Amino acid sequence: MSNALIEYITVFVLAGFVGIEVISKVPTILHTPLMSGSNAIHGIILVGALAVEANAHGTLQVVLGFLAIILATINVVGGFVVTDRMLEMFKSRRPEQSKQ
Amino acid sequence: MSSYIVATSGLTQSEGVHLAYLVASVLFILGLKQLSSPKGARKGNITAAVGMIIALITGLIGLHPSSGRVILMVVGVAVGLLVGTLSARKVKMTAMPQMVAAFNGVGGGAAALVSVEEYMRLVAHSSQGVVFVITVVFSVVVGSISFAGSVIAFTKLQELMTGRPITYPGQQAVNGVVVVAILSIGVYLVGFGTSVALVVVLLAIALFLGVAFVLPIGGADMPVVISMLNAFTGLAVAATGFVLGNTVLIVGGTLVGASGTLLTKMMGDSMGRSLGNVLFAAVGKAAPGAGASTAGSAEGRSVRSGTPDDIGVMLAYSQKVIIVPGYGLAVAQAQHVAKELASALEKRGVDVAYAIHPVAGRMPGHMNVLLAEADVPYEQLKEMDEINDQFKLADAVLIVGANDVVNPAARSDASSPIYGMPILNADEAKNIIFMKRSMRPGFAGVDNELMFDPKTIMLFGDAKDSLTKLVASVKAA
Repeated sequence: MSNALIEYITVFVLAGFVGIEVISKVPTILHTPLMSGSNAIHGIILVGALAVEANAHGTLQVVLGFLAIILATINVVGGFVVTDRMLEMFKSRRPEQSKQ
Repeated sequence: MSSYIVATSGLTQSEGVHLAYLVASVLFILGLKQLSSPKGARKGNITAAVGMIIALITGLIGLHPSSGRVILMVVGVAVGLLVGTLSARKVKMTAMPQMVAAFNGVGGGAAALVSVEEYMRLVAHSSQGVVFVITVVFSVVVGSISFAGSVIAFTKLQELMTGRPITYPGQQAVNGVVVVAILSIGVYLVGFGTSVALVVVLLAIALFLGVAFVLPIGGADMPVVISMLNAFTGLAVAATGFVLGNTVLIVGGTLVGASGTLLTKMMGDSMGRSLGNVLFAAVGKAAPGAGASTAGSAEGRSVRSGTPDDIGVMLAYSQKVIIVPGYGLAVAQAQHVAKELASALEKRGVDVAYAIHPVAGRMPGHMNVLLAEADVPYEQLKEMDEINDQFKLADAVLIVGANDVVNPAARSDASSPIYGMPILNADEAKNIIFMKRSMRPGFAGVDNELMFDPKTIMLFGDAKDSLTKLVASVKAA
């Protein structure tokens, strides 16, 4: 196995543990926004889509890469915007709480 | 990457890229952390978005696309930006769950496409290592399942098709054959030969499996399924990170894959269902919609129905009223009128509280969002554990557009598809007012015994209409 591969596997395993630890105490009301927010994070595939499009050879690859860019961008942008809209709703109650 | 510390002051380009990816990864982790507490949730989303922007800019470093390709990349991002922003802005709060499913599905599709393309590009020149092929196969299969599964979840929640489980004879056998086919092609590609055509076939079969695997799952279980597909997309993206040798894809994808798996389990727990139960409960039952006929169907049994005037007076002279809101309230956009009714009752000295089932609406937390939007004070929203003991003290419980979450069959009828789900003890109240559009069963497709309870009065009609009439009669009382 190459050094690079060992490095990727290390990153993969550690990120797996972090992913579990980091959300281990989340209240029910935040399940949906959390799902939606993490949904936006896997839009990171856009980095990959841009890279393969830049290196693509031939029409078919170019078309596939182009499609992947559109889909990945929808994932990123839609994911963050929709999560923000959900969480915006929770904001309004904070002043009411602090009043008492 | 160099394995020693460079004594010079500058960084090479590759070192700079790795460090920027590290910053992005840290921001993702902090973002997730903040997203899991009510205080920092909104900030967490923004933290993660900043990480995303850093990662995207960094990803462009070192690419040398032709000018024609640059145009395509810009156009692609612009189209995605437009579609993503518009759909996320325009979507109604009630349609949130299917929107999340759609955004998740396209991510899975992108992961599969990226891996297919990288495979096409590289195997044309030279044979590739085993890990490369394994991760290509994994991300194509899992990404495609996530894409197709999300499309079905969207279609069900948008009610473009029935929300009931769809089953057919031989379903298990068909799925079994599909899984075996996927495994065989995978093993062939990894160990024996190189074929772009087979990778495309693999993609097609995996799409079919995604459809086949979500079809038999009922609409009420969709949140759990979407959460699981979200974790799937995360893992597909991580695998694509291996394919491309890109650490930020591995970190981002794995974070979502791991946290998404845990979140799926937590959601299942809050509905009192194991993941296995959610995924395979309907499969293997011969008749579609099994369970719909439990405890006798609606025909031939009588229910008591009342007028808004009678019920309004009853509410006005109660001491304690508990409102149980459900998806029907959201669909009718009745949360504002519900708040008006609560205020009118409070003015008369009635103690009002909202009982929020963990899966009220269509996703955990969905109903809290909708009621917060209508300015219902946070203190009136009671979670199930908090309020379940108080139903027996309530003079009246007002069920608005909810159904499955108050169905006693969840406690008593082992053959019911919702058996085992924790429910609100609405049946313990002195009077039960059940507001419903018709006698149609709820989202899970099950009849509700509570409607036939002697303490129950049905109030038929659109939730918003009925609530408006109730407000008027409470004020007049």
